[in-house]
Amino acid sequence: MNVLDVAQNSVAAGAKLIRISLEVDDARERLVLTIEDDGKGMTEETISRVTDPFYTTRTTRKVGLGLPFLKMAAEMTGGAFSIRSQPGRGTCVQAEFGLHHIDRAPVGDMASTVAGLIQCSPDIDFVYIVRAAGDRFCADTREMRAVLGDVPLSEPGVAQWIREFIEENTQPILRRSNIV
Amino acid sequence: MKSLQELAAIRDRMKQTVNTREAAHDTTRVVVGMATCGIAAGARPVLNAFTEEIARRELSGVLVTQTGCIGLCQYEPIVEITMPGQEKVTYVKMTPEKVSRVVAEHLIGGKPVTEFTIGAAAR
Repeated sequence: MNVLDVAQNSVAAGAKLIRISLEVDDARERLVLTIEDDGKGMTEETISRVTDPFYTTRTTRKVGLGLPFLKMAAEMTGGAFSIRSQPGRGTCVQAEFGLHHIDRAPVGDMASTVAGLIQCSPDIDFVYIVRAAGDRFCADTREMRAVLGDVPLSEPGVAQWIREFIEENTQPILRRSNIV
Repeated sequence: MKSLQELAAIRDRMKQTVNTREAAHDTTRVVVGMATCGIAAGARPVLNAFTEEIARRELSGVLVTQTGCIGLCQYEPIVEITMPGQEKVTYVKMTPEKVSRVVAEHLIGGKPVTEFTIGAAAR
């Protein structure tokens, strides 16, 4: 799943807080990925255009594949894709994948993705939630900051710990749900 | 299982180095190209490897961070290293395996690993 790519949009939108959640819904046989931010948001008109691969806000190239690719990846597994956004309030992107569909992209190394986002955008707060099989894990950089004081989240020793913290706590949950 | 308590120990260990650290312009920056091209070519494991190696060796004043597309997608994963008072060095087609040499010889020894740089690749 191209989570990193899509989460970068939230970073670029000037978000202060980005929530990423991965939820296994066994009853509905869905894997739900949600990326929510409090960035600058989009107008109705922009929302209707962002899943067009030939729409992008950048000026260096004419294509933008992050959201179109996520939408395609979700829909080809019988899932769904939605974007809610309000200018000045933020954006919420949600992709639902068919949990056991043969074409569902592997979840991939989410611990590295989230840890990398935190390390490279140390001024933004991130909340990462994994929910599966009745278990829940939450990593919140606001809690980490409270412990760290003036030691930054970008410090390699800290970044390394964050990755292992997420990995060790989420792997057993995801493994029990048979999705990794 | 790791818990937030461990973070306090890391903080105490870091505090000594962070407090004595010189100003921002004295920081060494390891910048990994993390646009779609870089990610597809394997930039994330490279970023992980740098973080791991720098943390393991407890180097202070070194920041691992990312940038967008550098414009040389065929050479990704690309890593640019800027050390205080030195010219930027651009490493191309990086792999996690190459990282320990770059950390040992360049970040610690001060001598770039020429054979991994863009100059060597373009020849």
